[in-house]
Amino acid sequence: MPANRLLIKHNEPSMKGILLVLLPASLFSIILAIGIGPVSVAPATVAKIILSKLPFLSEHIAHHWTPLEENIVWGLRLPRVLLGMIVGASLAVTGVAMQALVRNHLADPFILGVSSGASATATLGMIFGVFSFLGTYALSLSAFLGAAATIIIVYWISRVKGRINITQLLLSGVALAMVMDAVTNMITLSAPNALGLHNAAFWMSGSLAGAKWGYLTLPLAAIVLCMIVLMVHYRALNALVLGEETAETLGFHVRRMQKILVLVSSLLAGVTIAVSGSIGFIGLMVPHITRLLIGSDHKRVLPISAFLGGILVVWTDVAARLLIAPEELPLGILTALFGGPFFIWLLKKNTRM
Amino acid sequence: MKLKVENLDFSYAESSVIQDICLHVENGEFVGIIGPNGSGKSTVLKNIYRVLKPDGGAVLLDGENIFKMSSKKTAAVMGVVGQENTIPFDFKVEEIVAMGRSPHKKLFDADTKADREIVADALRETGMEEMAKKSYLQLSGGEKQRVIIARVLAQQTNLLLLDEPTNHLDIHYQLQMFDLIKGLGVTVLAAIHDLNIAALYCDRLYVLKEGRLWASGTPEEILTPSLMTEVYGIHADVIIHPVTNKVSITYLPKSLKERWT
Repeated sequence: MPANRLLIKHNEPSMKGILLVLLPASLFSIILAIGIGPVSVAPATVAKIILSKLPFLSEHIAHHWTPLEENIVWGLRLPRVLLGMIVGASLAVTGVAMQALVRNHLADPFILGVSSGASATATLGMIFGVFSFLGTYALSLSAFLGAAATIIIVYWISRVKGRINITQLLLSGVALAMVMDAVTNMITLSAPNALGLHNAAFWMSGSLAGAKWGYLTLPLAAIVLCMIVLMVHYRALNALVLGEETAETLGFHVRRMQKILVLVSSLLAGVTIAVSGSIGFIGLMVPHITRLLIGSDHKRVLPISAFLGGILVVWTDVAARLLIAPEELPLGILTALFGGPFFIWLLKKNTRM
Repeated sequence: MKLKVENLDFSYAESSVIQDICLHVENGEFVGIIGPNGSGKSTVLKNIYRVLKPDGGAVLLDGENIFKMSSKKTAAVMGVVGQENTIPFDFKVEEIVAMGRSPHKKLFDADTKADREIVADALRETGMEEMAKKSYLQLSGGEKQRVIIARVLAQQTNLLLLDEPTNHLDIHYQLQMFDLIKGLGVTVLAAIHDLNIAALYCDRLYVLKEGRLWASGTPEEILTPSLMTEVYGIHADVIIHPVTNKVSITYLPKSLKERWT
């Protein structure tokens, strides 16, 4: 059936083709998203301002913009949009890693309480100044520890007779999220002054407002490092999805791989949440959409999820800035608004299978 | 490849599941494990393919203790068809078969042309080449099982451990798969449900009952009416079939008792 073959081939876009679309799409999204806001800046001006900041290019670009525009583009919106790309990519990749760990596509840092755990320990860390000797990284480290503790607890509760029980998984995630959110609320309400920018609303619903250049370094390093680790182990991730026994008989060290996945997920979730609060459902929706587009091979799922997650968060953040301007909506409220129904749809689809 | 199992013991929590299992498979031999449900066939195999850790005893591959080898090294010489075949995410058939190449790959190795040819061969041998691009979740139970067998063929190991590898297949594919595996000339240890199939393909049989080794020997020695009464609690008539020259079993059901007593 050559006709049929052709059809299947047609349905299966190549990795290169997809990246050729996603890379420019990300760049366009960044440029456009920077221009949109209470004060809008033309995309061409945005591009020129950014290019003028690059070494060797600055002399060749005519300065036709106001200092205000330069300040908005370079000082405010570019770090915010870039942080959106990084946070979106991190959350999507966290979702992929957690889903491979529990072998279920309902896993997501927000749904399984990992975001709440990270927020709670981050606020605790701020109050007691546990890791204050680490300076700006203190918050990320405490968030990472909370994320790791939550993943381990949820994983441990939901593992029944060597298998992940999906009901236990979701319920323990919900229960843990409630406890952790209560802790966060208690702390932020009882000691509001000590916490400055990071109030309860920030931890619960996430936001990219207040992004600075300095916020980008650690999350960027984390996503690059974790992506490399995961891409190197893509065969092991694929095998793990087939089942622990199968992965073992295909020569993979299952326990070690599971530990790597717990570490990677907590690192990404923790670092992301420390800078943006808990933005839900990105880790749920993006990997699922990616798999619908290109199948389940992690060699493709990982990079494509990262790009799609970044683009999705950047545009959701644009909507968060615009919908009730001049006020801003917290980003997490918007993602929950379309993520929640998506989750319910997945749940229904899951039970049908 | 030679497999030797010495005094294997294993128990879940408090209850002992298998006790003092000794068996060996010589190079190129096709050996079956038979026994009623719950007699410990899968448990013995799982202890050999390292998913369960035995409480005592040893498993030797060409004289080397398997628990001292890396998982990767065992996976390169020992292929397994287990009973765990549910997959939460959808993969294409060829992607699953290609995973059989994993033990031969180092961390940074890409798939080579040789790998793709091995995968294509495995798909052809199992009659799945037309389905290569299809999604695994849309296949029937029998087709899924053929994909798993194709994966273990792509693994290209000298030893195969099969846990009831054809229990979802119709008789056509059962015979085709066993013919295929037999034709590979590799060493095989298989848990087999169907006694007639065991008689047709196995050089020797081990019989398990309640976690202990009950008997062992050639199919002619093992598959006797008295053993089947002792182990399975059934009545059967056994002949050497004139065409195959192998043991052929006819079960004698209680509903037809007036005809055979």
